[in-house]
Amino acid sequence: MRKPLLAVFALLLSFSMLTACGTKNQSNTDSAKGSDSTSGTVAKAEGSKDKDKDSKELTIYTALEDDQMETYLATYKAQHPDVKLNFVRDSTGVITAKLLAEKDNPQADLVWGLAATSLLVLDQNGMLEGYSPKGVDRIQADFKDKNAPEHWVGIDAWETAFVVNTKEMEKRKLAIPKSYADLIKPEYKGLITMPNPSSSGTGFLTVSGLVQLMGKDKSWDYMNKLNDNIAMYVHSGSKPAKMAGTGEYPIGISFGYRGIEEAKKGSPVVTVFPAEGSGWDLEANALMKKSDVKPEAKEFLDWAISDDVMKEYNKNYAILAVKSDTTTIPEGYEKDPVKQLIKNDLGQAAKDRNSILSEWTKRYDSKSEPKS
Amino acid sequence: MELLQRLLVMLTVLSLLIAILIPLWSLLSKAFLDNKGSYIGFANFLTYFGTPALTRSISHTLFISIVSTLIAVTLAFGYAYGVNRSQIRGKAFFNAIAMLPLFAPTMMHGISLTYLFGNQGLITTGFFGHLPFSVDIHLYGPVGIIISEIIYIFPQAYLIFITALTVTDFRLYEASESLGAGKIRRFLTITLPSIKYGLISAIFVCFTASFTDFGAPQAVGGQYNVLATDIYKQVIGQQNMSMGAVVGIILTIPAFIAFAADRFVERKQRSILSAKSTPYRIGQGKWRDRSFTVFCWVIALAILTPLVTTLYASLIQVWPYKLNFTLAHFDFSHVAAGGLSPFWNSLEVSVLTSVIGTLAAFIFAYFIEKTRYLKGLRQFGYFLSILPLALPGMVVGLAFIFFFNNPNNPLNGIYGTLWIIVLANIVHFYSVPFITATTSLKKLDREFELVSESMRVPFYKTFFRVTVPMSLPAIIEIAVYLFVNSMVTVSAIVFLRPADFNLASVSIVNMDDAGDTAAAAAMASLIVVTNVAVRGIYQWFVRKVRRRTEAWQTHQ
Repeated sequence: MRKPLLAVFALLLSFSMLTACGTKNQSNTDSAKGSDSTSGTVAKAEGSKDKDKDSKELTIYTALEDDQMETYLATYKAQHPDVKLNFVRDSTGVITAKLLAEKDNPQADLVWGLAATSLLVLDQNGMLEGYSPKGVDRIQADFKDKNAPEHWVGIDAWETAFVVNTKEMEKRKLAIPKSYADLIKPEYKGLITMPNPSSSGTGFLTVSGLVQLMGKDKSWDYMNKLNDNIAMYVHSGSKPAKMAGTGEYPIGISFGYRGIEEAKKGSPVVTVFPAEGSGWDLEANALMKKSDVKPEAKEFLDWAISDDVMKEYNKNYAILAVKSDTTTIPEGYEKDPVKQLIKNDLGQAAKDRNSILSEWTKRYDSKSEPKS
Repeated sequence: MELLQRLLVMLTVLSLLIAILIPLWSLLSKAFLDNKGSYIGFANFLTYFGTPALTRSISHTLFISIVSTLIAVTLAFGYAYGVNRSQIRGKAFFNAIAMLPLFAPTMMHGISLTYLFGNQGLITTGFFGHLPFSVDIHLYGPVGIIISEIIYIFPQAYLIFITALTVTDFRLYEASESLGAGKIRRFLTITLPSIKYGLISAIFVCFTASFTDFGAPQAVGGQYNVLATDIYKQVIGQQNMSMGAVVGIILTIPAFIAFAADRFVERKQRSILSAKSTPYRIGQGKWRDRSFTVFCWVIALAILTPLVTTLYASLIQVWPYKLNFTLAHFDFSHVAAGGLSPFWNSLEVSVLTSVIGTLAAFIFAYFIEKTRYLKGLRQFGYFLSILPLALPGMVVGLAFIFFFNNPNNPLNGIYGTLWIIVLANIVHFYSVPFITATTSLKKLDREFELVSESMRVPFYKTFFRVTVPMSLPAIIEIAVYLFVNSMVTVSAIVFLRPADFNLASVSIVNMDDAGDTAAAAAMASLIVVTNVAVRGIYQWFVRKVRRRTEAWQTHQ
């Protein structure tokens, strides 16, 4: 009887000793880096405390496309070779949810290229720090926060577009849909994919665009009919375009850039901007409110609206946040892309975001069988 | 010496406690908290069961796993029976083919099916219209998930049946034949009862695996939601950790039932082998051999075709419009993988998991099996060691978030580093290596320890000079098992990977989410090729080692 007791006692003892050692470590970490102690960068920061000035690190949350980031970053890396950038990249909904979940202990130093409607939600939660990046007066008034200093600054706009596979349409002897009204015609049943608005920014701006375009009741009626034609809701805004590219599902509700890019890669697709007008949103940047705002974060935000990188944004997006005569219209876009955009109140869209998403999820997310 | 051993046993159990039981506890308790961290009792569960969209996934998941288990177990039994009890040619080949799906991430089975049976798949379009007929099986949804799961769980059932069929006593067959029993009667009264426990085991293993799998539904599920994809959506998509914990608990229930039942069956199982048993002798049977040859070839082709198709698709420029070969999809710099670094990271993690996990499994098994003190504590340690068998990977991952991402946890430092991934992998896959090590240790005579003790040789000398060299084949097998599984796993680590550290298997999920299916196929191919290579080296090595280390067993 005595021995097992002894064993348990020894176990407890060793455990409490271990905990004690651990607590000591913890307090060291705390003093080294304030309250921020959840991420792996903590250990690194502590290890290199002495040469803190040389080793700069930024954690950036972004919803930009994978294939765009590399080219965008070229000029930044040339100007700031000493800053190590850690990216958390995911679709808009995921990044937004992640930022909201980390509200009390933000991991990101800044946000780059996230939907303005999402940044507005963060701002309503008091999570953004005001900062006017260098050259912010070049940004058009509609493309940035009204406050001074700005809580968020836009870089470009992106908009709903249908990406349609011409070969598959020929094979089925179907016309290419030109408008939202076309999409609900019975002949397109089971051919359409669309991004899920709770995970995808493109999905949300499309749904929110429909609500602003048609009004609340009519838009949900429309989406009920659209839902009958949808084969599948997918995770990202890119996937519908890529599936249209392979013809897996020949019509994808996606965004302009992705469709044009698919065509460039050799897929037989055309990018159609709906006749009624496109829902749209801004890709925008913001500084996170936290106890230690790094100077590098501000430098990054300065760079993120500089001419160097605006030129790169312009290769992908027709509508830029800077006012300039030299803005070129990339191949594949409408001649006057701004006219394609519907009247869209971003602030209202952000306020309605939660209710729109939960309504949408209730109606369509549980769609159990694929309709094919 | 006794004190040292006692201390080491305690340390073993303590490590298991910290790595397995306490994280699990934090997951359980999280289900009763809201996202702010205050206690709300069963409110989360009420919300869950009040949401039809979520509860429907339970019946979906049950349906998927029951159907795939029934089909996979039947096919695997036929295949194993053919390999073990008939005189077909190429048994080594069939044996190797059956293992192949183990080397691929489960998403790959789904992706390969889209290339075969998707709307633009080879078979759906009749080889792009070159064939006069075409078949559309409506892949996206339950059909696709079930086929993927069958491919995924087939090898596991096959391995169990091969072992079960090997353990038999031919004298029974001789006796029944002389008593005039026909073939069918012999099959029903001797063969089936002799593999009864294997059959139950196979059903449980397959059911649990398909019930908890995430990769296949993610790739071909379409709008057909299952529990594993629900967890992913709740945790990653909405960062709703509490709801993730609730679904995690629901996901674990069948696994725990299977686990308990399996333990129960195991205890009842008594070896039908005795010293007088004779191994099965395969008689003549022309038609039997012919039909099993056909059957095994069909299955082998069914396993090979998707793999080859994926490899082929990863080399095609634009499926299905530009069918020229290109290596472009292996340049991952413009897709979610962001270059080849996820692949190297995966290699690093897998090597670390393999080395550390093997050490841990073997040493812990040694302390639990071979020491003489603290019997109760060692039994508890044994229970903890086989517990991970019942834990789905996603549950391990979630439990680790809750436990290690707590700033008050002294081990918080490993959160967000590669070490938490390594630890999660070790815990997730710990049980099978542990059982392998225990079985191998049981084969060694206790006399080694007793004699060395009486000669006052310290136990660790015996351990290094006798135990380790004699168990070398088992040790290498464990290492390869851990390596291969760490390369393909998604479920545990999808929640844990640090921002700047992507992994090959997780990047497949990301690329598939973004619609870059060809790149996902390319990454999956890289993983399979690596695993097959490692396994090949292992086979070659084992043949060499076995000759030396197992000489004592064969030349007794």
